[in-house]
Amino acid sequence: MKPFTTLTAVAAPLPMANVDTDKIIPARFLKTIERSGLGVHLFDTLRYDADGKERPGFVLNQEPYRHAQILIAHENFGCGSSREHAPWALLDFGIRCVIAPDFADIFHNNCFKNGILPVRLPRAVIDQLMEDAKLGANSRITIDLAAQEVVRPNGERIHFDIDPFRKKLLLEGLDDIGQTMEHAASIDAYEAKVRRERSFIPGIEVRA
Amino acid sequence: MAKTLFDKVWDAHVVERLQDGTCVLYIDRHLVHEVTSPQAFEGLRMAGRRVRRPDATIAVVDHNVPTTDRKSGIKEADSRLQVETLERNVAAFGVPYIPLLDERQGIVHIIGPELGASLPGMTIVCGDSHTSTHGALGSLAFGIGTSEVEHVLATQTLLQKPAKNMKVAVEGTLPFGVTAKDIVLAIIGRIGTAGGTGHVIEYTGSAIRALDMAGRMTVCNMSIEGGARAGMIAPDETTFEYVRGRPMAPRGEALERAIAWWKTLPSDPGAHYDKVVEIDAATIAPMVTWGTSPEAVAPITGVVPDPSEIADEAKRAQVERMLEYMALRPGQKLAEVPVDMVFIGSCTNGRIEDMRAAAEVARGRRVAPGVRALVVPGSGIVKRQAEEEGLDRVLTEAGFEWREPGCSMCLGMNPDKLTPGQRCASTSNRNFEGRQGPGGRTHLLSPAMAAAAAVMGRLADVRELAR
Repeated sequence: MKPFTTLTAVAAPLPMANVDTDKIIPARFLKTIERSGLGVHLFDTLRYDADGKERPGFVLNQEPYRHAQILIAHENFGCGSSREHAPWALLDFGIRCVIAPDFADIFHNNCFKNGILPVRLPRAVIDQLMEDAKLGANSRITIDLAAQEVVRPNGERIHFDIDPFRKKLLLEGLDDIGQTMEHAASIDAYEAKVRRERSFIPGIEVRA
Repeated sequence: MAKTLFDKVWDAHVVERLQDGTCVLYIDRHLVHEVTSPQAFEGLRMAGRRVRRPDATIAVVDHNVPTTDRKSGIKEADSRLQVETLERNVAAFGVPYIPLLDERQGIVHIIGPELGASLPGMTIVCGDSHTSTHGALGSLAFGIGTSEVEHVLATQTLLQKPAKNMKVAVEGTLPFGVTAKDIVLAIIGRIGTAGGTGHVIEYTGSAIRALDMAGRMTVCNMSIEGGARAGMIAPDETTFEYVRGRPMAPRGEALERAIAWWKTLPSDPGAHYDKVVEIDAATIAPMVTWGTSPEAVAPITGVVPDPSEIADEAKRAQVERMLEYMALRPGQKLAEVPVDMVFIGSCTNGRIEDMRAAAEVARGRRVAPGVRALVVPGSGIVKRQAEEEGLDRVLTEAGFEWREPGCSMCLGMNPDKLTPGQRCASTSNRNFEGRQGPGGRTHLLSPAMAAAAAVMGRLADVRELAR
């Protein structure tokens, strides 16, 4: 996983609440066995008309937002399915950070697994950042993960909270599985204990 | 200290508590399907890792599969590739697998409980948000992304912090014609789609206790539509009776020991909940959604809301957009909205009880002219049982199509999709824009209400069809 340290980039304003995972990437594009290549379908129905032509009114079809690495949205971003194709599509498009008042749980979790930083900030702050983002190329926003700050184009620094464990994994680009493997002895011990105490639970076997 | 059902199941699965409160949480059951697993198996392969507990894992194909004749295979190349990839992966990693043509094949959340693979007190995960269904057994069951699928395959654990506790108490007796689906739609209408974010919901109260397991699964299934990570219902005699005799459940003396443990799981008196919502069952009517979020719901006797009466500007714009997408007028009576399609099935309502409810309404009636109605049983076992009861005949004689099991038109990953502008009365769980096919318009409702819509050719109050 690519570490996340600091990022200075164009931010795309997406002033919508309840942006669901079907909106981020419709189910018909989940038939892939790869992680990459989904960026072209990000926000497919908002981005393209029925003939597959770009809708000029949609923010990611406009300059400079075609190159946005930050997305700013309203409440409950990423609600709906557990599909990790949603963060994969964002990442493949180039988005490394989503800023919103709050996120749906599974999407929030999935972001961290892919080196995307989800930042929660109060709606009043989001409203300011949304205005900043609308100014385009000369209005870049900076994210400093180590300092836990969003820096507005006018230099104002805004603090955000983040789980310390997740922050560390992001900063160092660490693989979760590797972290957990360090606890292998505890997992072995737990399994041995459960085999004794809950021996009534059978294993799964599919017989023909 | 008094503990909730969630606290007890969580605590019984903590392998290690790290300094900042993150837990290494042990997972008892991992359900795997073709859409969210290919990249996880690929990750294992790249890192030279194996599946730690194949005997705690079960794989099945459901999202992509055709619901018409399957003998000739899957025609769509990309769907076929996902199914074949799963077949290769389960063979390479030694994971138990139910093939497409096996009678036990079905929607992952239908077959887990049906086979007795999902049991009370367990931690259960799957790369699918509707894993919350299994919480009806008194297990902690939640959806995960593909990275976590890989994490569970490799370590049989997840790194998680405990959720907060939320109680939704539904007390009293449900009025005639009101079902589990109406309860959960009413709950989501009340708390909103983010009302449960960060929480696990425990459903309690006499109306929940009175539900059979199918109804409890319907309620827990849609917990995620209220933003909750999981939904749970305390195990009781209804649960134990359901589990008894299932092929993968414990038997005999082992079952008695299991039940003794399961009886210790219900929440202690005085246990703390971070949030409590109380609903009077008597006030719930048959519900139907009018918008593109499950919280946009109203009783069938109601009307489409008028955005001009909404003070909050953002909220008003949202409702305006929903009505435009749904092609509905403010003040329009919901029971006058015509439908083109009806879909009965999904992990929300694809069980035998749902098939019976639909057939009961369909018996002796005809699907209205111009309406197409699909009935897709949740599993091969549900399908056979329905056929043994003659439900397939009742439905097909009424003009419904009787299909092979799978996720089907709930999310349109197989050929069952809406075309742009088509309006569907659906027993599934999401009415998002384009969910059932690009441009499709979805109204969520119960199986009996869906069957009523099919025969009336419009959204209809099933109570008017009562015999």
